[in-house]
Amino acid sequence: MKIKIALAGNPNSGKTTLFNALTGSNQFVGNWPGVTVEKKEGKIKGYTAKGDEAILVDLPGIYSLSPYTLEEVVSRNFLLGEKPDAIINIIDGTNLERNLYLTTQLTELGIPVIIAVNMMDLVKKNGEELNVERLAKDTGCKVVEISALKGEGIDQLAQRAVSMARSGKKSQPAHSFEGCVEHAIAHIEEAISGKVDQSMERWYAVKLFERDEKVRESLKLDKALLDHIEADIVNCENEMDDDAESIITGERYNYIGSIIEDCYKKRVKKQMSASDKIDRIVTNRFLALPIFAVVMFIVYYVSVTTVGTLLTDWTNDTLFGEWIIPSAQSALESIDCAPWLTGLLVDGIISGVGAVLGFVPQMLVLFIFLAFLEGCGYMARIAFIMDRIFRKFGLSGKSFIPMLIGTGCGVPGVMASRTIENDRDRKMTIMTTTFIPCGAKLPIIALIAGALFDGAAWVAPSAYFVGIAAIICSGIILKKTKMFAGDPAPFVMELPAYHLPTVGNVLRSMWERGWSFIKKAGTIILLSTIFVWFAQGFGFENGSFGMVEDMENSILAAIGSAIAWIFAPLGWGEWKSAVAAITGLVAKENVVGTFGILYGFGEVAEDGAEIWGTLAGSMTAVAAYSFLVFNLLCAPCFAAMGAIRREMNNAKWFWFAIGYQTLLAYVVSLCVYQIGTLLTAGTFGIWTAAAFVLVIGFLYLLFRPYRESQNLTVPKSIAGKVRA
Amino acid sequence: MATLRDVKCGETVRVLKIRGEGAVKRRIMDMGITKNTEVYVRKVAPLGDPVEVTVRGYELSLRKADAEMIEVQH
Repeated sequence: MKIKIALAGNPNSGKTTLFNALTGSNQFVGNWPGVTVEKKEGKIKGYTAKGDEAILVDLPGIYSLSPYTLEEVVSRNFLLGEKPDAIINIIDGTNLERNLYLTTQLTELGIPVIIAVNMMDLVKKNGEELNVERLAKDTGCKVVEISALKGEGIDQLAQRAVSMARSGKKSQPAHSFEGCVEHAIAHIEEAISGKVDQSMERWYAVKLFERDEKVRESLKLDKALLDHIEADIVNCENEMDDDAESIITGERYNYIGSIIEDCYKKRVKKQMSASDKIDRIVTNRFLALPIFAVVMFIVYYVSVTTVGTLLTDWTNDTLFGEWIIPSAQSALESIDCAPWLTGLLVDGIISGVGAVLGFVPQMLVLFIFLAFLEGCGYMARIAFIMDRIFRKFGLSGKSFIPMLIGTGCGVPGVMASRTIENDRDRKMTIMTTTFIPCGAKLPIIALIAGALFDGAAWVAPSAYFVGIAAIICSGIILKKTKMFAGDPAPFVMELPAYHLPTVGNVLRSMWERGWSFIKKAGTIILLSTIFVWFAQGFGFENGSFGMVEDMENSILAAIGSAIAWIFAPLGWGEWKSAVAAITGLVAKENVVGTFGILYGFGEVAEDGAEIWGTLAGSMTAVAAYSFLVFNLLCAPCFAAMGAIRREMNNAKWFWFAIGYQTLLAYVVSLCVYQIGTLLTAGTFGIWTAAAFVLVIGFLYLLFRPYRESQNLTVPKSIAGKVRA
Repeated sequence: MATLRDVKCGETVRVLKIRGEGAVKRRIMDMGITKNTEVYVRKVAPLGDPVEVTVRGYELSLRKADAEMIEVQH
């Protein structure tokens, strides 16, 4: 018999480690339908035989089954909708009180629950005692002691969970609430009897008592019945002098208090743990920021400046540049392959793949750091330290890392946003990270600064200033829009105890993230690179279609000329600039090289020193700065777009992000050029007026009042699934 | 009425009531801050917000604006 078991537990309870220990390498990583929450599935070791397998579904780390966060709603929908045969509830033995809170909710679902008490080795080491038999009796569940880290008790847990799932014996919640609460719940159960699965009656009754909107909607009860239920609730509220939701949470914690008293022996005097000692230094009022700066410096220095660049350069220049591409070229030439096919294979496909893979080594180095920072507990402290600054712009304290990494390369920067739990903060971070000038945009800055501004020292810092301003303004504007204002972002966050993550967990996390980039981002980058290669190399020349000698005859040049008028109000409506901006989509440093080719210089230096004179002759300084701003802010390179697509996990959000970035780039460049020209040359035209209107509109969006919403809007795709 | 926001570092207080409604309130309660719970205010972040408290044996951070919803007694 094929069975399905859900793994549920608090964040930081060792859930990931247990999941890995139970399933080994039989894992499948994906996403929950319609949302960006990651979903993992695997077959339990020893139960992989076809037709007789036990599938383990890893639910998101949650503290409760309330309807307020995406993770909780996703977990609830799964438990109610797909009814797994059993639930393994992992709880942290060193933090029983809060961990059991979720247990009290899981046992009401009418699904067999087995409790895995993790970190038992630590409990014992601390000199504390947990009576497992009593815990089993008090909760009405089977209990197994484990240490996920050391692999102790895992086999026993797997065996018991599977046999429990096969027996199908439901667990009965052992707890009961205060008299009048039970009275009201019994009334509600009676009222909804027959409308929901009998084994889930209690869960639905409790949720209706809490006035859970999502459950109310899904049950579609008639008004008379709802009024009847409401009367019961109000009676109880009056008696307890509290609101229904508070009554239930309070009752749950009271019940947990009685369990703890019964089965747990705390050490009388609590000493300061090693974690407390570390925390006293690391988040110390005066030391926290310097320590944070040092940690960030190390992460950046290793993953971007030294090891990362070394690996990326090696992959790009040596592995692909010297080995693969030349040998493929000569191999194809030796078999007399048609030049266009050689071109497609070598310049299109292999270079395209290289463009994807070139980022991977650097990314993997960064992911090791991120996994370590998350695993050891410092990531939560980063949010704690930086929250005050970032929340003003609708971002999370954890957004700092993606932006910092983004100064090196936007691709790993965007991927680093995955450490942000809150959906809204994460989307906002993904959308704004690439505004920061990355390493590949530096040549463009050098080109413009050198050609038009005599290498003025203010140009480069101003580029960073534009990037940071774009992030701040976007954050403020976007958080007031309907798309973002919907979800509340409660910052009530656990600061987990510090501990050393295992090498296995760090490496696994690194690989999962790296692989998901290669898979998903790979396709988009490859196709786009091939397209630009084709458009750049083919066209009509001498009356026939084919490969062109001169780029001016290429399809790309035709596209550039066709769309150049769009950029006329920005001051650089010449087709060459438009084409340069398009090739910048493959990789931003291409902008310089393209100018080099189009101005007839062939290969140019990285900062394009050869073409400075020509460029200065074809653009005004203001137009050049507008060109610079546009290229800094507009849609990033295909690789970064691939990363955005991967992290958004949703086509609509991807296009919204790209569209927003390009629109912002256009508007800012337009204002820079028009108002700049007015100030320097005194010309006033219809576009100047438009620029002023845009500035006013921008300021309105920035300063209009708004109120943060309290309700979670769940995507329709998953909202519809909440039913019995 | 004193709220958690007014409590100084190093002090322990008892929760009387949690004001408001909706997601933030529920989250605060889910994380273990309920009526009659003891809360120890451990520290304030370097930039003055949020605060870190010890509740039910673990560390929790919350913003001052949210701490204002929690009525406490010394």
